[in-house]
Amino acid sequence: MTAGTTESTSLLCLAFILLVPFAIAGLALINTGLGRSRSAAHAMTSSLCVVSVAVLVYFAIGFAIQGPHGSPSHALQLGRKSFDWIGTDGFFFRGVRFDGSMPSLVVLLGLFSTGLTSLIPLGAAAERWRLGAACTSTLLTAGWTLPLFAHWAWNGWLIQLSANAGLGSGFIDAGGSGVIQVTGGLTALSLAWQLGPRRGKYSSNSMPAAIPAHNEVFVLFGCMLAWIGWLGLNSAGAILYAGLPAETPVLAVSNTTLSATASALTAAGMTRVRFRKPDASLIANGWMAGLVASSAGCAALKPATAILTGLIAGALVILAIEFLEFTLKVDDPCGSISVHAIAGIWGLLAVGIFTGVQGQFVAQLVGVATLLGFVLPMTYGLNWVLGSFISHRVSPEGERQGMDLHELGADAYPEFVVHTDEFTQR
Amino acid sequence: MRLGGFLLLLSGWGIVVAALLLLHGGALSAFILAGLAVEILGLALVAKSHVAVSEDNG
Repeated sequence: MTAGTTESTSLLCLAFILLVPFAIAGLALINTGLGRSRSAAHAMTSSLCVVSVAVLVYFAIGFAIQGPHGSPSHALQLGRKSFDWIGTDGFFFRGVRFDGSMPSLVVLLGLFSTGLTSLIPLGAAAERWRLGAACTSTLLTAGWTLPLFAHWAWNGWLIQLSANAGLGSGFIDAGGSGVIQVTGGLTALSLAWQLGPRRGKYSSNSMPAAIPAHNEVFVLFGCMLAWIGWLGLNSAGAILYAGLPAETPVLAVSNTTLSATASALTAAGMTRVRFRKPDASLIANGWMAGLVASSAGCAALKPATAILTGLIAGALVILAIEFLEFTLKVDDPCGSISVHAIAGIWGLLAVGIFTGVQGQFVAQLVGVATLLGFVLPMTYGLNWVLGSFISHRVSPEGERQGMDLHELGADAYPEFVVHTDEFTQR
Repeated sequence: MRLGGFLLLLSGWGIVVAALLLLHGGALSAFILAGLAVEILGLALVAKSHVAVSEDNG
């Protein structure tokens, strides 16, 4: 690659990275819109606060644990195989040269993707998770859980599965279906379990109450913003984490869009058939599931298989939301667990199924097994320990009052004060 | 039940990692699938333990 080509690739990559904050803004709007009006300002304030915490913690320690590609790291030497498991250098961005080079762009994408991950648990824990607890939990996610798995998937032993175990091209997760989405989704699941359902969500005979979104326009506009952000996330990830050539983003952009559109239409069709009318919230969840599922294989799938990935993601997310709410009694107000964890896992598996490379499916299975068998117990355990020092959940009185008034002292919509328990089962 | 579920999750991952270190070819794939099956069993146990808690709260 000539110097001119490298420079133009860096500029293109920088442009893609600068789109990623749109995904953060979109997800924040979706989380806010899907909640009740009495907690709307709290949802947006929490989003800003946890993104701030995540970015600062990533600066202090997260980046060093993740380690940029090719930087020094600790490796376990077992026989003739080397298992690279944690980065060693770069605390407080020490040694990083902000010169527009590829390693400096990895820093920038890492900052934004950590911010994005930190928002995912807010959706599942909405309307009952204290702001202070959310910020403290984000310290753990952004400072340890996410960077560690990011190191394994993008620089460490998971991507080395090709050399060490002869499994396809190693674990493929260019846009972060596993690293960003499933890690966030499993943290969301841990918190939804530990917090328990919102007051009034389940009746005495365990039937869930429908608690409608307070602003569908926020939700749907958030989906549009997230689309722009995901185009940047997947394209930049394809160049920086998968090491693919500069022309690859054309395929990544195309696959991301095809997957999201197929997934949204599947969700629309399914809700039309099941409920007689298309459901706006579930279509939004379908759209997001398509984006999430597209990330892993954005640069590895063919357009037709990206559509198939989206079709299945759209169906899967609708079924998963119902299964979690009705069967497992998990109260996830924004569908974050289904959208990010389940669609993310499907995205990882889809790469193994559709690329047709021998051993690739097994490599993807190893990544999924690591997420379920290591990341989930770790994030659950960390939040459980945290919960024994500080209370995750707001008091029953605070929950009844609404998070806006209780935690912030002011409503998001003061001229429309209605605080009844209209959606509380009696 | 919850602790048992988490132990199964970790054990399943342990099987996967051990298989990567010790095996190759068809046996490797079989043991990775076995590890994942153990994890799914663990996940089911953890989920069931939380359903019981939710019903108590309801």
